Amino acid sequence: MFRNAFPLRAGRVHEVCGPGATAFAAVTCARARAGALIWIRESWQPEGLNPLGLVDFFDPARLVLANAPSAVDVLAVAEEALRDGAVSLVLLEVTRPLDLREGRRLQLAAQAGGTTGLCLIPEGMGSNAAESRWQVAPLLDQGPGRLDRAGDSTLMRWQLIKNKSGTLGAWDVRWNRKTYRLDVVSSVGQRPGSAGAPAGGPLRVDAHGGQ
Amino acid sequence: MEANSERLYCLNRAAEKAGLSRGMSLADARAFCPGLMTDPARPDRDAAFLGVLRRWATRYCPWVGTDGRDGLILDISGASHLFGGEEEMLSDMQARAARSGLTLRVGLADTRGAAWALAHHAPGLAAPGETAAALAPLPVAALRLEPAEVAGLERLGLRHVGELEATPRAPLTRRFGPSALMRLDQAMGRQGEAVSPEAEPPHYATRLTLPEPIGLQEDVMEGTRRLLARLCETLERQETGARRLCLTLRRVDRDSRQVELRLAAPMRDAARILPLFQRGLDGIDAGFGIDQMRLEATQVESLPAQQLGPRNGGNGNARLEDLLTRIGTRIGLENVQRFLPADSHIPARAFRTLPAAWTEPGQGWVPPRPRPLRLFAPEPIAGHGPRPPERFRWRRMSLVTARATGPERIAPEWWFDDPDWRRGLRDYWLIETRQGRRLWLFHTPQAPGWFVEGEFA
Repeated sequence: MFRNAFPLRAGRVHEVCGPGATAFAAVTCARARAGALIWIRESWQPEGLNPLGLVDFFDPARLVLANAPSAVDVLAVAEEALRDGAVSLVLLEVTRPLDLREGRRLQLAAQAGGTTGLCLIPEGMGSNAAESRWQVAPLLDQGPGRLDRAGDSTLMRWQLIKNKSGTLGAWDVRWNRKTYRLDVVSSVGQRPGSAGAPAGGPLRVDAHGGQ
Repeated sequence: MEANSERLYCLNRAAEKAGLSRGMSLADARAFCPGLMTDPARPDRDAAFLGVLRRWATRYCPWVGTDGRDGLILDISGASHLFGGEEEMLSDMQARAARSGLTLRVGLADTRGAAWALAHHAPGLAAPGETAAALAPLPVAALRLEPAEVAGLERLGLRHVGELEATPRAPLTRRFGPSALMRLDQAMGRQGEAVSPEAEPPHYATRLTLPEPIGLQEDVMEGTRRLLARLCETLERQETGARRLCLTLRRVDRDSRQVELRLAAPMRDAARILPLFQRGLDGIDAGFGIDQMRLEATQVESLPAQQLGPRNGGNGNARLEDLLTRIGTRIGLENVQRFLPADSHIPARAFRTLPAAWTEPGQGWVPPRPRPLRLFAPEPIAGHGPRPPERFRWRRMSLVTARATGPERIAPEWWFDDPDWRRGLRDYWLIETRQGRRLWLFHTPQAPGWFVEGEFA
C-alpha cells in the first residue's frame, strides 16, 4: 500500500535518487509538520534550488539552507540537525556513497531526535543503513485531460526500491498544485508485492492532514 | 565637506600664524599658503579619541563631561586637594598629557563659563573670587557667544568682557536678546550651569582569575558558566543581547587561547548560551593550565524585554536559533541561509539567498508562471530557429520533444550590465520530453541559440 510507504517513516533516514529526486524532496517538505526545514548541500554544487519553483509545493520561507564546505561537513551538520529535533525534516544532498558507519550514525541521530532525514543521493550510491530508498523519475503525461492543464504536468513514477519495514512497490503520482495534494494516479503493479490500484478513482493523500 | 565645499576643520599653530582660520575654504587656504598640507578630517575618530580622554580624565574627578568637539569639562569641586591643590592638579594634568604627546589648554575658574573663557583665550587659573578680574581683559568671544552677537557687540565698541560688564543691561537685552547676558551671567557665576557627566558606556566583559590553574574541560565549562551568568546580568540590565562572544583563556605560560561564538540571534539567556560553547572548547589545548578567563560580548544588539505569551512562550524558535548557532560554529554563520523574494523578472534574480541569522523569513512568493525546481547556468544545446528543436542532446542524453509550452519572453534588465544576459531577449519554453524529463529551455532571438537553464520535477 502506498499509504504504508509514504509519508516517510519519522525518526528514520530515507534516500531518494533519480532525476525526479528534487520533486520527491519537495513533496516530502510539503508533507512535513509545520516549522522550519533544513536543506544541507555542499557549497560548490552548481545546481541551485529555485524557491519560485518550490512555491508550488510549500512555502520557501520555511527553508533554511546550509552550505557546507565539504562532504564531511554536510554529514556533520545533518547529524547535528537530526539529533537536535528542532526541525521536523532534514534534507541533505550527498555526492559520494555513504559507508555503513556514516549511514548508521545518521540513522541513530534521527532516532534520537525523532527527526526525518532524506538523503538525495546520486543513482546507485545508496547506503545500507537507509530505512527506505526511492527512485523517482518524471513521466510524460499522455493521459486524458492533459491538454487542459497546459504546462503544469507533474506526473512521476515513484519506485520504492528498498524498504526495511515493508514491501517494495511502484506508483505513478501527480502533484496537484492547486490543492497541494499528492494524487496517486495508478499503481504500476508489475513488481511482486506492490499494492494494487484502488478501485474507485485516484487515491488521494492529503498534504496537510494527519498521517 | 561643509556647506558644499572643502573647509579647514582644524589647524596647527604654524598654519594659524600664516593667517588661516577654521572654517576657511580649502581653496582660499591654498592661495594664502601654497605649501599647506592637509588630511581629511575624521570627526568620528576625533570623537572616539575624546571619549578615551574623557575616561582618562575621570582620574581627577568623577564629574567629567565633553564640551563641543574638542573640549572636556571637569567639575573638580572637592577633588583638588587630593592632588595637593589646584595648581598642582593642573601641572600634573599638563605633564601627563605632554608625556603622551598632547598639548592641553586648561582654564580653571569658579564657573563653567569662566573656565571655558580662560581655556580658549588665556590658559591659566583664576583664584576663587577673582573670576571677574580674570575675565575683564578677555575678548567678548570668550563668553561662548554666537558669531553674529560678537560682531554686533564689537560694532558697538564693546570689545572686552570688562566693558560689557560695565554697560547698562537693559539696552543690551533690548538689542541682543537675553542670550548674550545669560552667557555673561553664567561666566560670572550669577546664573548656575551644571556639568553633566556622561554616562559610562556599559561594559560587556567579565573576568575570572583563578588561584590554581585548571585544565579539565568541566572546570573550564564551570568557569564559563560563572562568567556567563555575570555577563547576562549586565546584558539584561541594558536590555541588549549578545551577538558575538569571545572567551579568552590565559594559560600559565602567558599564552592565551580564544574561543569565539557567533550567535544566530541576539541572546542573553546564560543557560542557552553555555552549551553552545561546548564545541569551541573541545579543541582547546590547555597547556600547563589556565589561570585566567575573560568573557566579552564583542557585539551586542538591542533585545527589549518581551512579555511571554502563548505565542512566544514556546521554545520552538529558540531551539531553532540554537541549532543554527551550532551549525554556524561549524560551517560559518553566513553559510546558513534562507531565500528571500526579490522584485525581478529575471529567474535567477527573483530571489536572494541571505544569511538566516540576520534576516526574517520573507513573504510574497508569487511566480508569474510555473518555474523549474532547479536552476543552473545555461547549458547550450543544438537547435535552430525560433521553434524548440524536435530532438536534442543534453548531458549526454538523447531527448525527443513531446510537448512544448511557450514561449514566455523575458527581457534583460537594461539598468544592470549582467554578462549572462549579453545575448539579449530570451524566449522561455517548457519542454516535456518523451523520456520524461521536463526542462526549461530558452531561445535567444537576438543572437540565435538554444540553452537549457532549469529542470522541473
